[in-house]
Amino acid sequence: MIDITGRVQSVWRRNWDAFLRTYRVNFIPPFVEPVLYLLALGFGLGTYIEAVDGIPYPVFIAPALVSISVMYSSFFECTYSSFVRMYYQKTFDAIIATPVSIDEVIAGEMLWGATRGMIYATLMLPVLLLFGVVTMPSSLLLIPFAYLAGLLFAGIGMCFTAITPSIDALNYPAFLFITPMFLFSGTFFPLDLLPQPIQYFALAALPLTHVVSINRAITLSAFSPANLFSLAWIAVATVFFLVLAIRLMKRRLIA
Amino acid sequence: MKMIQCVSPKTGGTLEVLDMDVDTHQREIKGRLGVVPQENNLDPDFSAYRNLLIYARYFGIPRREAEQRAEELLAFMQLEEKRDVLIDKLSGGMKRRLIIARALINAPELLILDEPTIGLDPQARHLIWEKLRSLQAGGNTLVLTTHYLDEAERLCDRLVIMDHGKILVEGAPADLIREHAGSDVVEVERTPEAIARLTGLGVTYDVAGDALQVFTNRPHDVARELFEVCRHEAVTVRPATLEDVFLRLTGRRLRE
Repeated sequence: MIDITGRVQSVWRRNWDAFLRTYRVNFIPPFVEPVLYLLALGFGLGTYIEAVDGIPYPVFIAPALVSISVMYSSFFECTYSSFVRMYYQKTFDAIIATPVSIDEVIAGEMLWGATRGMIYATLMLPVLLLFGVVTMPSSLLLIPFAYLAGLLFAGIGMCFTAITPSIDALNYPAFLFITPMFLFSGTFFPLDLLPQPIQYFALAALPLTHVVSINRAITLSAFSPANLFSLAWIAVATVFFLVLAIRLMKRRLIA
Repeated sequence: MKMIQCVSPKTGGTLEVLDMDVDTHQREIKGRLGVVPQENNLDPDFSAYRNLLIYARYFGIPRREAEQRAEELLAFMQLEEKRDVLIDKLSGGMKRRLIIARALINAPELLILDEPTIGLDPQARHLIWEKLRSLQAGGNTLVLTTHYLDEAERLCDRLVIMDHGKILVEGAPADLIREHAGSDVVEVERTPEAIARLTGLGVTYDVAGDALQVFTNRPHDVARELFEVCRHEAVTVRPATLEDVFLRLTGRRLRE
């Protein structure tokens, strides 16, 4: 059974406070990343690409940049950063000596991971607006959706954290799962350029595919029924991984 | 210890803390305990003061109250000057004091300490002992585990000696010493003459390395006999300590 009360916010707040204490360095990536990618890929490489399905290349990759940033920030927060708090800093041990339950510690970590993804998406939005690569007001939806997508990647990350023997072993999911997703989820070229079986594989097993497709619909303000399928896929996977992460973590920590 | 703290599930039997069952009242019990773990798990991302505030939040203590209590506890543990210093910049003794302050943030009814002075220099240990005694004087109940028997002798009203998970003896330190070691210890160099004299007297002795130990309530008589057969510096008389009790009960073999 999962035991979660309002005390989960005290765990979330701890991470929020730590984030604010070093806000300067934390705020660099969401401003710098989209600028670098848009200049190098969008306007550099992109001059050789007239349009993708009738969409100018920088406009095509803009929603992918947001998706990738959400994935990276939530996933890495709940893998390397959570692992450091759990294993090296013993922060979880300190918290579970109080009335906060272990379930709340893990849930708080994942809610924070999602929040971090949302903060990054929020900070990227004005940069993308400045480049004129997203449409308003539909693009405001990037922000709430970043929270949902963030929860998904936080949950997946926390599952790996729960089973990893050491911090080095977290490199396996980072390189074998996250990096391929970064490239093959309809991010920098459309999915339908890939062979049919790989397309199906991407739709079935690469969560970023669904995140990119929804974000692209949002920034282009062009929604389709396929987005509903993606949304349902994300919702189901999110619940699954959040629950699994809590179970695996409990098994790891209460031995 | 972890079962008392409701952190690990109990392995068997019944366990009640503050009259509540550990299986069903974990949050209530944890809310009324203070825990000083053996390992430093202060939050390195924050200053001393904010460590206390953030910990107070886990107990659901309102902010105003937490701020006031944090200041009081920093003063009590003599850490006011380190209020805004990050944990990494604190010495070992300061970290231990801050952990004790943190354990007191919820005004616990029971304070559990696991090796509270491990690895500290004498000054730092004495300061911690002084603070723990003042907590005792204020009516707080402390449960502590320690391998330092001088610490146990100083701090405990009642103590339990355990070995391999079994309780060997329990009682007040002074009673245990009287009962299991006698009032004094006469130590003498391990020479054939000394052994012969002790055997002749019918006095029992323990062998401790290259010394013999006689636990006795009449140290002067024993010492006088030994002076006749030994070098004068080879004989020492001292009061028995808890360490003697511990070693007699658990043996001298290294436990690893």
